[in-house]
Amino acid sequence: MVLYMREKYRSRLSILYLIPFFLLALLGCRPSTKEGMVITIAGSTSVQPFAEKLAEVYMGHHRGAIINIQGGGSTAGIRSVRGSAADIGSSSRELGEDEKDLKEIVIAWDGIAIIVNPENKIQDISLKQLRDIFAGRMKYWSELGWGHKRIHFVTREEGSGTRSAFEEMVMHNVPISDEALVGDSNGSVREIVAHDPNAIGYISYGIVDERVKALKIGGIEPNLETIKKKKYKLTRPFLFVTRVEPQGLAKDFIKFILSPEGQKILEKEGLVGIR
Amino acid sequence: MKEKLIEKILMLLAFSAIGVLLLMAIFIFKEGMPIIFKAGINNFLFSTHWAPTKGYFGIFSMIVSSLYVTIGALIIGVPLALACAITLAELAPLRLTVILKPTIELLAGIPSVVYGFLGVVLLVPLIRDYLGGPGLSLLAASMILAIMILPTITSISIDAIQAVPYSYKEGSLALGATHLQTIRMVILKAARSGIITAIILGMGRAIGETMAVIMVAGNALKLPSSPLSPVRPLTSNIALEMGYAAGDHRAALFATGIVLFVFIMVFNVLANIITKRWQQE
Amino acid sequence: MATRINPLISQRVVKVQLWGLTGFTIAILFFIVCFVSIKGLPQITLDFLTTNPGDMGRSGGIFSTIMSTLYLIFIALMIAVPLGIGAAIYLTEYTRESRITYIIRFGTECLAGIPSIILGLFGFAFFVMALHLGWSILSGGMTMSIMLLPTIIRTSEESIKAVPYALREVCFSLGVTKWQTVTRVVLPTALPGIVTGVVLSIGRCIGETAVVLFTAGSSLRLPQSFFDSGRTMAVHFYILAREGISMPNAYGTATILIFSILFINLCAYYLMRQFLKKYAIFG
Repeated sequence: MVLYMREKYRSRLSILYLIPFFLLALLGCRPSTKEGMVITIAGSTSVQPFAEKLAEVYMGHHRGAIINIQGGGSTAGIRSVRGSAADIGSSSRELGEDEKDLKEIVIAWDGIAIIVNPENKIQDISLKQLRDIFAGRMKYWSELGWGHKRIHFVTREEGSGTRSAFEEMVMHNVPISDEALVGDSNGSVREIVAHDPNAIGYISYGIVDERVKALKIGGIEPNLETIKKKKYKLTRPFLFVTRVEPQGLAKDFIKFILSPEGQKILEKEGLVGIR
Repeated sequence: MKEKLIEKILMLLAFSAIGVLLLMAIFIFKEGMPIIFKAGINNFLFSTHWAPTKGYFGIFSMIVSSLYVTIGALIIGVPLALACAITLAELAPLRLTVILKPTIELLAGIPSVVYGFLGVVLLVPLIRDYLGGPGLSLLAASMILAIMILPTITSISIDAIQAVPYSYKEGSLALGATHLQTIRMVILKAARSGIITAIILGMGRAIGETMAVIMVAGNALKLPSSPLSPVRPLTSNIALEMGYAAGDHRAALFATGIVLFVFIMVFNVLANIITKRWQQE
Repeated sequence: MATRINPLISQRVVKVQLWGLTGFTIAILFFIVCFVSIKGLPQITLDFLTTNPGDMGRSGGIFSTIMSTLYLIFIALMIAVPLGIGAAIYLTEYTRESRITYIIRFGTECLAGIPSIILGLFGFAFFVMALHLGWSILSGGMTMSIMLLPTIIRTSEESIKAVPYALREVCFSLGVTKWQTVTRVVLPTALPGIVTGVVLSIGRCIGETAVVLFTAGSSLRLPQSFFDSGRTMAVHFYILAREGISMPNAYGTATILIFSILFINLCAYYLMRQFLKKYAIFG
């Protein structure tokens, strides 16, 4: 009786040995061998949520298409396109000189909004004042005419496309002070500013919501109008970058994004369309 | 003959742990060493200027922040943990301890991100409103870490205290010492090695914790000037910038990883030596 | 002559302090669980558990994250369990204490102490980049298995050691080979203890964020194969919380995380109790 039970046990154990082989067989089935039905878009985390929304809608219309969206940052995205790891690279900054050999398509315009806590009474700020704050030279809100507390300024981490754009358009080679708080995404900067009355930071205009207040720059507030007309000073393009002319699913997806329907989705989410 | 084959296969499996460790060490060193040579090891370790996209790779303020955060966590956490351990091991009735000890161990399983989240939602506003500063600070990080390492230190300390032979306690009480005097002068001394191991383990966990710290520490680059300053420990530095980094920047993050790796290795070796020494005594 | 405080009185004072600190600590730990649960339980409906997240996580449920987590655990265990048990068998059955076993043990201890971010860094550099696996459940699972290996080796070793030598002696005296002894007698007897270790590892998998974020990525979609990227529950919670996307969903995810881990650890605890009870008979 005992021996019989042991035999049963043994055959059960041997089945376990077979599992790894089934697994390997499973692994062999990669949907990416299906030609053209899967594309990967990698790059800017500022572009990412919007690309995801567009992909969600597109995949709803076209069953079978698979669009993978990854982050990694504008620079990484552009690099992965060069290395063919991604089909499309997304970037929230202009292409550099050595990147001009790639094809770029502007899919939307975005502003960099300077946000403060809703309790903050300030409405307007100049680029120079911004530069002084982030360089650590202006330390107290009293210098801007509100309260007397210290300014808690929040920046993004090195390598972020949004930070590069901010440094280029506002800081002009003056380094951001190392006293700055650092958030690791647009969303986390927004969170910090939403909870701290004395905070100021910069995020993509597209994700400003009612928990933070966007300041006017030199009298001009960021909105669809001012960004489209480039009147708002801190405007930057959202780019899709490809190595060669986009083909197949990539081409179709880009066409969708540039179509009125795609553009409307982007504008609803807070970006500014290219029309 | 088949037996020999099986033995060899099993030996290979056993070496997998060491193999993986070596693989990790080699890989991380390979990726990170070049930048250390490029920037110069003195510059890398002792400069406070970190601006990797512009060519500055100084991680001194991060090393210091890591140490401060860990020491802070120990200052807050160890007394609490030891108090719990003493209470549960010596003062509480056995039935209570049997319920509470596993409960504390269960609570060690709460994910670090949940601790971080609660830190942001509850602790940071408290610090900001009542103590000043942005709230995201060295203090917040230390407090959250203290709560996180508490269950580990408590549980191992309880084991250590319970492992002290009952005869020690009996002898001390028979000589007329009070319970507390016994605890202080006999039991704790005897459990010393176990308790120190617990603390070292807690320390290792604190210095290696990433997610909770990133959410509450503020991540500013400057050397902290007070417990209310925002800080950026080594772990946060890696996690913050890894998603974006390329080229030299990425190598620098690996180099940061090397420093962290070395710290932890040193810890482990020290812990091993100390426990061996106390065990021999 | 200085007056000494009556030691019995000072003892009373200190004991009160100790109890106070203990109560305070336990209160904090309970508060954490209660706070998250109270805010999160209302969120947890059948809908929440079976719909995919939509709109970057603002709406919908967490179904795809639950599946991603399960896939990841599957891969991690598939690798770590055979490796771990094999290593444990070798250490206990096939060798005596020697320099080799010391090196292996040292390696295992060191591996156990490696912080998760370094594992994530390695996983990213090795599996995602060097092996070109990309951000995938596979990369995540393999990196995760490295993290689980020391635990499984340790608990398996303990369980196998606990099996009384008498059982093995009987087998050898009957002429049974070593491997047969191990697979038919020792392992089945040590099984509850080994399973405890595995169950505890599952708990760690569920809660781990740093390792997974950098190897399995953060794609919200339901992974179609192990090469797809996927977002585990812990990563999803982190992103929701960090970006303030949806507080209710964040609390809901956190509650599920906490309760599944607590449940798993409870299971492990009871399994261990069973195992120890069994060996109280053998002594």
